[in-house]
Amino acid sequence: MSFELSLNIGATKSKKVETNNLYDTLIVGGGPAGLNAALYAKRKGLDVGILTEKIGGQVLDTFVVENYLGFKNISGEGLMQEFEQQIKEYDIPITEEVKVVGIKNEEYKELIINNGDTYKAKTIILATGTVPRMLNVPGEKQFYGKGVSYCAICDSSLYVQKEVIIAGGGNAAIGAAIDLSRIASKVKVVHRSEFRADKILLDKLNKLNNVEIYLQTSILEIKGQNKMTHIVALDKKSNKNIEIEAEGLFIEIGHIPKTEFVKEVIKLDNKNEIIVNSKAETSEQGIYAAGDVANVDYKQIIIAAAEGAKAALSANEYINKRK
Amino acid sequence: MAMIDDNSKEQIKKIFEPMKESVKVLLVTTKDNCDTCEDTENFVREVTETSEKIVFEVIDINDEKAKQFDIERTPAIVLLGAEDKDYGIKFYGIPAGHEINSFIMGLLEVSGAGEKLPDSMTERITKIDKPIDIKVFITLSCPHCPGAVAKAHKLAFMNKNINAEMIEANTFGELSQKFNVSGVPKIVFNEGDQELLGDQPLEAFLNTIEGL
Repeated sequence: MSFELSLNIGATKSKKVETNNLYDTLIVGGGPAGLNAALYAKRKGLDVGILTEKIGGQVLDTFVVENYLGFKNISGEGLMQEFEQQIKEYDIPITEEVKVVGIKNEEYKELIINNGDTYKAKTIILATGTVPRMLNVPGEKQFYGKGVSYCAICDSSLYVQKEVIIAGGGNAAIGAAIDLSRIASKVKVVHRSEFRADKILLDKLNKLNNVEIYLQTSILEIKGQNKMTHIVALDKKSNKNIEIEAEGLFIEIGHIPKTEFVKEVIKLDNKNEIIVNSKAETSEQGIYAAGDVANVDYKQIIIAAAEGAKAALSANEYINKRK
Repeated sequence: MAMIDDNSKEQIKKIFEPMKESVKVLLVTTKDNCDTCEDTENFVREVTETSEKIVFEVIDINDEKAKQFDIERTPAIVLLGAEDKDYGIKFYGIPAGHEINSFIMGLLEVSGAGEKLPDSMTERITKIDKPIDIKVFITLSCPHCPGAVAKAHKLAFMNKNINAEMIEANTFGELSQKFNVSGVPKIVFNEGDQELLGDQPLEAFLNTIEGL
């Protein structure tokens, strides 16, 4: 058991966003896009605040980050702490544990949160990110928390010397498989098509001797009694159903954008991502989107952060023009 | 070797500054069959040394005092407020890794420096008039777990009918098995009458409790 500390209590000590203030810019989301937007907005002199469920976003669930320039090898959480510490230098108000449930686009923008409170701003940057994509197969809901997991970093230590399945073929899936191979007795990677993870990760995976790989294999059903015991999957090469035994199934098949609360106000694409142009502008003036929630190709930490910067600079330009 | 580096100690010291009342951390250990008791004692000592407002006391599970707090397993930690006031806030297992955050928040809470909730929420919490036991199963590598633990502890702090404990799932494997823990945070109400999975909002805790 690793006792290594992950002190992450900073935001609870920050100033809070106030309901009776008209902000220049309010940012929804506390991942790389939201935090970088806050940094850029503040440095431009904007009165900025962050409303978020949690600081860190999806990166918190990432074991290791090796492709953010300046950090050769850092845990997802470590990287977010670096971001957060830098933001804290600027005394930006942050309210955590709130969920924005509605948005009004009038002369000023209004954000309505889950307890009914309303916050006002001249511009809004949406950086709400995503939630894990589900397989949408029978048994998935039934065995959630009974073998089915969407957070490998949280639950991997519960599978010491047990057999587990990883569903997925991207970087997150292969990263989780590599990490779990040190804990589980056997790791079975099941993916419906071919791998699209980075070669450097696949090379690592292929060197492991307790990993089985099932490509072109679609998961059809998750089965068990009180806990899951196996999956039924279609082997597309032989066109036959196969059973794969495991006590755990870690689902890492990508993410879907959190845009439910804005869909009446802002144009989304067919993946429900917010449509943005090259300046992070949405269909509505004064509302910007950045990070994995926007329809920008390639969901990467560094791209999300960069898009956050663009959104803040665009918001600044908009405010200056209206002065 | 120190378990907490100087930089983290400095951070913790600052976080503890708003503490109001003096508090006590009561650690219950056993000499035998406790793989993590020694580490837990060293760890908690280092955390508690960062504030003069915190008194640290270690007792054996056979001590009368341990029985008074219904301690069944070790290592166990009870957080007590001013004049040893018991709010029903416990940690079973070392609160290291991510749980350092819920441990710190628990200490701030019992010292009277916890975050104030909106009135509507406070009203719902104080209205709960039946005994509620909340177990939050966690792992030390889980970024979403301290949030769930801190909320359970806050409920315990605000209502004497509620007891809340963190349980480190790997340290207490049998108990975890009994409650079918294969994903964390897993929040178990009244010995399994109801369960929640994930770091749920306070509303979800209250909806569950009100439905019991």
